[in-house]
Amino acid sequence: MVDARDLGTSPDEVQFRFRDDEPADHGTITVDACCDQTNATAVRIEPGDDARVLLPFLDRLALIEVNFPGFGDGRGYSSARILREAGYTGELRAVGDVLIDQLSHMRRCGFDSFAPDKRLDEDDAARAFATWEKVYQRAADVRRIIADIRHEA
Amino acid sequence: MYQYDQYDQAMVDARVEEFRDQARRRLEGKLTEDQFKPLRLMNGLYLQLHAYMLRVAIPYGTLNARQMEALADIADKYDRGYGHFTTRQNIQYNWIKLDDAADALADLAKVEMHAIQTSGNCIRNISSDHFAGAAHDEVADPRPYAELLRQWSSFHPEFTYLPRKFKIAVIAAEKDRAAMRLHDIGIRILKNDAGEIGAQFYAGGGMGRTPMIAPLIRDFVPLDQLITYAEACLRVYNRYGRRDNKYKARIKILVHELGAAEYTRQVEEEFAHMLSAGVEPPREELARIAAYFNDPAFVDGPKTIDRSDPDFALWVDRNTHRHKHDAYVSAVISLKPVGGIPGDATSDQMRLVAKLARDYSFDELRVMHTQNLLLPHVRIADLPALWAALDAAGLGSPNMDTIEDIIACPGLDYCSLANARSIPLAQRITERFAANGRTGELGELKLKISGCINACGHHHAGHIGILGVDKKGTENYQLSLGGSEAEDVSLAKITGPGFDEDGVIAAVETVTDVYLGARQDGERFLDTYRRIGMEPFKEALYG
Amino acid sequence: MKILTGNDLGSGAVTWWNGKGWSLFVDDAVDVGEDADEILARETAARRVNVPYAIEASIDAAGHVRPAHIKDRVRALGPTVRRDLAVPTAGKTGWDWVI
Repeated sequence: MVDARDLGTSPDEVQFRFRDDEPADHGTITVDACCDQTNATAVRIEPGDDARVLLPFLDRLALIEVNFPGFGDGRGYSSARILREAGYTGELRAVGDVLIDQLSHMRRCGFDSFAPDKRLDEDDAARAFATWEKVYQRAADVRRIIADIRHEA
Repeated sequence: MYQYDQYDQAMVDARVEEFRDQARRRLEGKLTEDQFKPLRLMNGLYLQLHAYMLRVAIPYGTLNARQMEALADIADKYDRGYGHFTTRQNIQYNWIKLDDAADALADLAKVEMHAIQTSGNCIRNISSDHFAGAAHDEVADPRPYAELLRQWSSFHPEFTYLPRKFKIAVIAAEKDRAAMRLHDIGIRILKNDAGEIGAQFYAGGGMGRTPMIAPLIRDFVPLDQLITYAEACLRVYNRYGRRDNKYKARIKILVHELGAAEYTRQVEEEFAHMLSAGVEPPREELARIAAYFNDPAFVDGPKTIDRSDPDFALWVDRNTHRHKHDAYVSAVISLKPVGGIPGDATSDQMRLVAKLARDYSFDELRVMHTQNLLLPHVRIADLPALWAALDAAGLGSPNMDTIEDIIACPGLDYCSLANARSIPLAQRITERFAANGRTGELGELKLKISGCINACGHHHAGHIGILGVDKKGTENYQLSLGGSEAEDVSLAKITGPGFDEDGVIAAVETVTDVYLGARQDGERFLDTYRRIGMEPFKEALYG
Repeated sequence: MKILTGNDLGSGAVTWWNGKGWSLFVDDAVDVGEDADEILARETAARRVNVPYAIEASIDAAGHVRPAHIKDRVRALGPTVRRDLAVPTAGKTGWDWVI
């Protein structure tokens, strides 16, 4: 049995963060535990978890980690967007097998911090975050999409 | 046809540079093959039996002469002078080097083409009716909707690591010429009773090892909610599609296991949520795209031809299709010469076809899911000249929808997944029927060959299907009957024990004999099979 | 015997382990015995080959290396339906043994 304190990444492990507030420096708990506890402020979502069960608790949460045990499992992208669509404004951290070429899409889905298992090359990552100057579809980042720009005149 | 604006161009250019950087990191060892594989696949680059293979998208099958010439140039510059047109309106090059792949993609981008999402567990090239914009029986041109979906699905941030690949087809006629209901999502554009245009959604179709016909999940989606509804379908699939077993990861398994009603309920719930979240592009975007698909300047002209040359008359009868303007037809350019490789075209043939498109079809070409090419808008008066040019280049085979018009996957000659070769069977069957002279007598007979259970050759949907399997290290072929990819969609059933190469060719001849002996007036092979059932065929094959 | 094959990382060409490096010609393949895993790991890490694997093979009466599985025999020469594109040594060995 893993102690709840063992879950979660520490601020030291966060390689990229796009927020100005102080990062939460305490561990996360599982989604099930979060639903049972009334005072938790940080939670970790696994790929099989339904992010929507957290919606009643969003006000008190300061950190939600979404775990990517393997880079090919894309459920966490939906989890992130669902949380942002529901108005969550706290830190949304992608953790686990997070790779360079996923950063820009994760950012669009609402992630604003990243704690990859293996540290990523800073130059390659900077390039990856900047890949898409414009975008085609709406996501959690509220960017004006290309179709909006075409018709804004 | 659609033309990129600065934004579309910037997107494909950015993608080329992203891939160039990814390839560099792979060659430098910063990416392992396991990490690089999904990235190269999302740019259409496979590692096949003999080399890397590049699959280039021809969105909804439409391209112009300049683009076809660019495809020819790529075949010469980076490959070995030919390409292979596929059942999903793509072209594949079999001998691309990883070292050159980014340069090939850059050349494509110069003519508004790309290989984006032609593989990988993401939304693939959107396919459509090859007669779109020309057919007499469509309620609208389906391509603007396909283009809207293309843009929405390109680099979609949420749907790039789906449980499995995802294929969408869009049609706009009662007749289904795109195997719509054998797609992950099939969309039929139609008019409701009030005369409004909207979209019917089918979900959970597919071939592969577990073939399924997509059930209808929504009768009418208003056009200003099309993207929102597609997004809801995809989100439910991304969240709940199986990821424990890649052979059960397609949406058809999810829809099957949940039941169409429950999947639909979940989609509707997500759809209601997304309507409030607001993901649809502005309404004007569809109108902007549609303006690119306005009719060319058709002119009146003769509606009949001189049929005194029987070879020409046969080609007209078999390879032309009724157009919405009565002085025009759509003309099929067969890539199925007797003894040839289905879907292959040399760079010279591509250039000739490009020229013919300029001369005779308003600079427009199509790729058909049957692995043929098409000139969509040909004046009836121009048919003799067109036919003469095609015939001289080996592109005039009068065999559309006959037993010589075989769909075949690349099979074990090229593909690392294949268990048996497909192409030699196609070659020998076309030679057999050309020699015995029965092609015409047999009429419409769709024969489809796959070299493995993944069914890229659509054998489940063949009136006659052939599936190559590995039987203790040797090639073996299972025969199936009764499939259809059209509006009368059905899945073929296996006749019984498999055959070796000679045996299956003989078996094909045997089942056509049964048909000729049993058919009633006007029946196609498929109709006779449906009426008399499997038994008489089995009896003849194994009795 | 056991031989090693893979594809060149940059060109994608089918290659065969000849004891010192990677050859385009199946006849150059050598028996690696118990060393397969070690060579595969080392060569993959050095990116001198991509997704290599060990296969069973034999040597025929004329001294030619013959992979046991049909797929690797097709890989050895090229597409059977495009013999004009075969690897250069195909003319010497003929095609009869492939299928």
